[in-house]
Order: sequence, then C-alpha cells, then structure tokens
Amino acid sequence: MKDLFVRLKALGQHQGYAILAIVGLLFPWIARTDRWVQVANFFFIYALLGLSLNIILGYAGLFQLGHAAFYAVGAYTTAILSTRFDVPIFVLLPLSGLLAVLFAVLISRPILHLRGDYLCLVTIGFGEIVRIALRNDVSSLIFLAKVPGLRFLEGKLKDMVITGGPNGIFGISRPSILGFTLRQQWHYFYLFFAFVAFTIFAMRRLENSRLGRAWTCVREDELAAEAMGIDTVHVKLLAFAIGAAWAGVTGGLYASWVTVIAPESFSFWESVIMFCIVVLGGTGSIPGVMVGTLGMVVLPELLREVLLNIQQWRMLLFGAAMIVMMVIRPEGLWPSQRFRRELEAARERVAGAQA
Amino acid sequence: MEQLPQQLINGLTIGCFYALIALGYTMVYGVLRLINFAHGDLFMLGAYLGLVTLMGAAVNVGISASLLIFLLIFTAVMAVVAGVGILLERVAYRPLYRAGRLPPVISALGASIFLQNAVMLIYGARYRTYPEEFKEVIPDVVWNLGGARITLIQVIMLVIALLLMAGLYLFVQRTRVGTAIRAVALDHDTARLMGIDVYRIIVIVFLIGPALGAAGGIMVGLFYGRIYFTLGFSYGLKAFTAAILGGIGNIPGAMVGGLLLGVVEALATGFVSDQWKNAIAFFILIFILILRPTGLLGERVAEKL
Repeated sequence: MKDLFVRLKALGQHQGYAILAIVGLLFPWIARTDRWVQVANFFFIYALLGLSLNIILGYAGLFQLGHAAFYAVGAYTTAILSTRFDVPIFVLLPLSGLLAVLFAVLISRPILHLRGDYLCLVTIGFGEIVRIALRNDVSSLIFLAKVPGLRFLEGKLKDMVITGGPNGIFGISRPSILGFTLRQQWHYFYLFFAFVAFTIFAMRRLENSRLGRAWTCVREDELAAEAMGIDTVHVKLLAFAIGAAWAGVTGGLYASWVTVIAPESFSFWESVIMFCIVVLGGTGSIPGVMVGTLGMVVLPELLREVLLNIQQWRMLLFGAAMIVMMVIRPEGLWPSQRFRRELEAARERVAGAQA
Repeated sequence: MEQLPQQLINGLTIGCFYALIALGYTMVYGVLRLINFAHGDLFMLGAYLGLVTLMGAAVNVGISASLLIFLLIFTAVMAVVAGVGILLERVAYRPLYRAGRLPPVISALGASIFLQNAVMLIYGARYRTYPEEFKEVIPDVVWNLGGARITLIQVIMLVIALLLMAGLYLFVQRTRVGTAIRAVALDHDTARLMGIDVYRIIVIVFLIGPALGAAGGIMVGLFYGRIYFTLGFSYGLKAFTAAILGGIGNIPGAMVGGLLLGVVEALATGFVSDQWKNAIAFFILIFILILRPTGLLGERVAEKL
C-alpha cells in the first residue's frame, strides 16, 4: 500500500513532464506553419546536443569547447555511408554514435589530466582540426607522397574524395520506418521528439546512478573523489564517451534531416552555442538545458520575427545578453540545486579569503 | 631548400604579429586566470580603426602623409582600443571575479560576439582593403639576404614590434607598476597585503594588452592589405597557442612563442601544405599542453597537476 503511495507521488513529480509532453506532441497542429515546426526541430537537435554536452561539462565538470567535433564525426559517418553504400539511416545512427565514441576515447585519453582552461583550449584545438580536416578532404594529404617511402600514395590520393571538401556532402537519404519515408518537417518533429524524450529519461537515470554520482564527486573535488576510490580517469573517459555517443547520434539525425552537410555546420561557433546552452541554462540541470536551448536557438528566431527592422542587431544583442546574463545570474536560468550550492560555497570561500 | 631563408623571414614577420597579440592573452591570463576570448576581437577592432583613420588621413592630408601623422594615428588607435579593453573589463569581467570559472568564459565569448557584430554593423560584412596607392607610400626597397627578399615594410614592422616588446619587457621588469603586475600574477592575496591595489593592476593589464593587440592589428592590415571582421578568431586562437607555447603568464615566453609559431607556420606552408597550416598550429598547441603544459619558458605549473 505504502509502496503504491510512493509510486503515485513519484508520478505526480513527473506531471510537469507529462504536460510538456502533451503540449509538445500537439505542437505541429498549434504551429500550423512549416517554419515553426522547423524551428522546433532545430530546438530538438540542439537540446540533444546540449544534453550530451551536459554530461561532460555539467556532470563531470570538464570544460569541453569542441563538442562540434563529435557531432561532425556522427554526421559525416551517416552522410558518407548513406551516400556511398546506401545503408539505411536507422542502421547508421548507432554506428555514428559508436564512431564518435571511438574518436572521443582516442582524443580525450591523453588530455584527461588537463584541467579548466587548458582542457578548454585543447578541445577547441581538436574541434578546429576536425573542421579543417573535413574541409581539406583526403586529397590534400598529397604532401605525404613527398616522403620517400610513401611515394605510391600520390596516385591514390590525388583524386580521392571522401568528405567532399568545402562543399560537403549532399543527397543523404532520409530515414524510413517500415517502408514509410520521413519527408515533411512534422515527420521529423515526432522522430526528434521521441529521441529527446528518451534522452531526458536516460539522463535522469544516469544523473542518479553510481556513475552520475561519481561524476558529481569528480567535479566537486577530484582529489577527494580519488581518495574515495573513484577511478577518476575512467570516470572522466566515460563522460567523454557517453557525451560523444549522444552527439554522434544527433549528428546522424541532423544529416538525415537536412540531407546536406558541410564543414561550416560544425565550426567553433557551434561548439560555443552548445557550451552556452549548458551554462546559460544552468550547468548540470536537464530543465536548464531545455531553457538554455530556448534562449540560444528559439529566441533568436523569435527576435527575427518580431524585430524585423533590427534584424542585423540580433547577434549584437545576443552577445550583450550573454554578458548581462552572466553578470546578474551566473548560476544560469534553471540551475540544479547542487550546482547552485557549489557556486555559493565558492563565493563564500573567496569572500572569506578577502575579508 | 632554397626557399628556407625566405620562409624564415616571412615566419618572423607573422610571428611578430602573433607575439604582439599573445602578450595581451598572457598578461590577462597571468593576473586573472581568464582566457580573454574577446582579445582577438580587440585586435581586429584595432585593424579596422587603423584602416579607417589611415585612409581618412590619406584623403584629408594627402596620401604621402608624414611619418609623424602615421605615428600619431598609430598611438591614437592603440589608446582607443585600450579604452575599449578597460571598458570591457569593467562591464564584462569585474562583476564575475567571484563567480567561479565558467561564467567569465561565457561572458568573454559574449563580448567576442558583441565586438565582432559591432564592427560588422559599423564597417560592413565585406572585406576592407587598403587602396593600391598606399603601397607606394613606403618606398619599395628590397634587400637580398642570402637568397631571401626582405622588404622595407617588413623591416619597419619588425622594428616597431620589437621596440614595443622591448618597452613592455623593461616596463614589467624595471618599474614599480611592473613589479606590482608580477606580484599580482603570483598571488592576489599576498600582493594585496603588500599594499598593491589589485583592481588597479588589472585595469593596467587591460590597458596594455589591447593596446599592443591594436598595434598588431594595424600592422596586419598594412602588411596583408586586407582585413575582415572575423579576423580576430583565427589570429586570436593562434596567438593564444603562441602564449601557451612560450609558457602562459610569461611575458618573454609570449614573444618567443609568437616568433616560433610564426616560423613553424611559414615552414609548414612552404614544405608541407598551405591547407594544413592552421591544423598544424593546433597540433602544436595540443602537443605542448600534453607534454609540457608549462610551455617552453614557463615557470608556472598548470592548475593542480
């Protein structure tokens, strides 16, 4: 009996999500125009990216400013395999995630011992290298043929095209479920909706799992975490791997939605947007990521609609808003309780030291 | 191999620009442990202000305006950008000194977006170029140095950059304010106990850094003859690489790092591939951080290593 009561109460806590879900499902009817459904789809893509970065930046506290790299690996995996070998999208999505994980483990292992700003810079560096590599394509590696032993590469590399260079890849096939191919914006709306719902569910489970608590512990005090027997390197590596998996799948989804991708879709500014989604919303908080995505992705679109004549000022206002936001509310719009307490503690420490 | 001396000279010229920008990063990082993402955009602002005022002077005073006017404009632009730097510190960074590590990063990124778009709105989104006649003002003297060409304009820029860097080095090493800057970089609390006004030192750092960045901006504009409003990002990131290469927080390190990065990049362009030169710079950044996070000349150990 008591057990049932507890369950009912837990259900009550979820009613907020339930209401959101119902309103969300009805959105394509409410919005009516394709344009706003498209904006909603962008919202979902960035929400997924935000949630995936939230694992690395929010839970584990690792400054990752090159998240677009994982997203790009996923998107290009889907794009290349779909256009070359005609593999169905739903087979490619897990594969994209897997490749992003491989890539993430490969690059993050040597840099895990770095902290704070140093990690931030290295991840920016990796993000840019990935973008440049995609832009240059393999044919640009022809200089390798100058090395005496590798001369045989010259003929092979010369006309090789894999990433499509600055033009990217087009004609990516659309996903189909049991013979039904997704074409309209609202088709994708429901697909993305399902992914976001599943992600939120998974993140909530992850947050309170043994691993989630280990991440919080590492974020708050790495030395103490180590003393408690947490394998910090392993835990941080897992944060990168899981975050990358989600970003990779999202990349695949994105590629199959827009059907055209180019290196510039994965520039440094994409990483900045993801970073801001997490921090502006409230580091480590799932509702925070949602609010942050609204602010970073939907708000500029609304501004475009409402303030037609000052459209050019959009980004200017945006930059100013980021500063103002941090000055008046550094913990973010909807922070997790825990993170807010951490910030307050940090502030008191500083105040104490200065007194 | 016959192009080696030429690449070295080109590399040193580009390296001077990197060094000038890197100084701003390294000084701010030294006293605040903050990556001032907006610094690259202050450099870009300097490039635009330099172009606009120099062209204005060319129209009003004549294209062969005297050296005096050139120097006047040079210092004026440096002063204006320094003013913007101080304003930036006051508005975007000072309220956040107690807010932990993440909020200042976002604030800096916001400032960077703001400056870029402000410049784009004022001066337009297209490339701005110096007119061809400008090149004729500085006599087209070319020296031959062991098979490499070095032009008068390159020499002038090297001299200006080296003078600025030497001036900064003497200022930081020999004056009271310079000593205070070094003290604050070592330890805020102890510096405060020694009677140093830490906030004033921070303001001074935000005055010197952007001023040097602006000088670099004008020179990049004059040297390449073409500037654009996203210039700050690529130069900024590479200048930061230079600062790390030399050891972050270390002023001579930033100079050495800048010159070294410029040379490496020129060699990469000449011997490897032009398309990969930026990627090579980032690879260097990553390897330095993994293998020797203190940089080549750095004495400071990376956070809790």
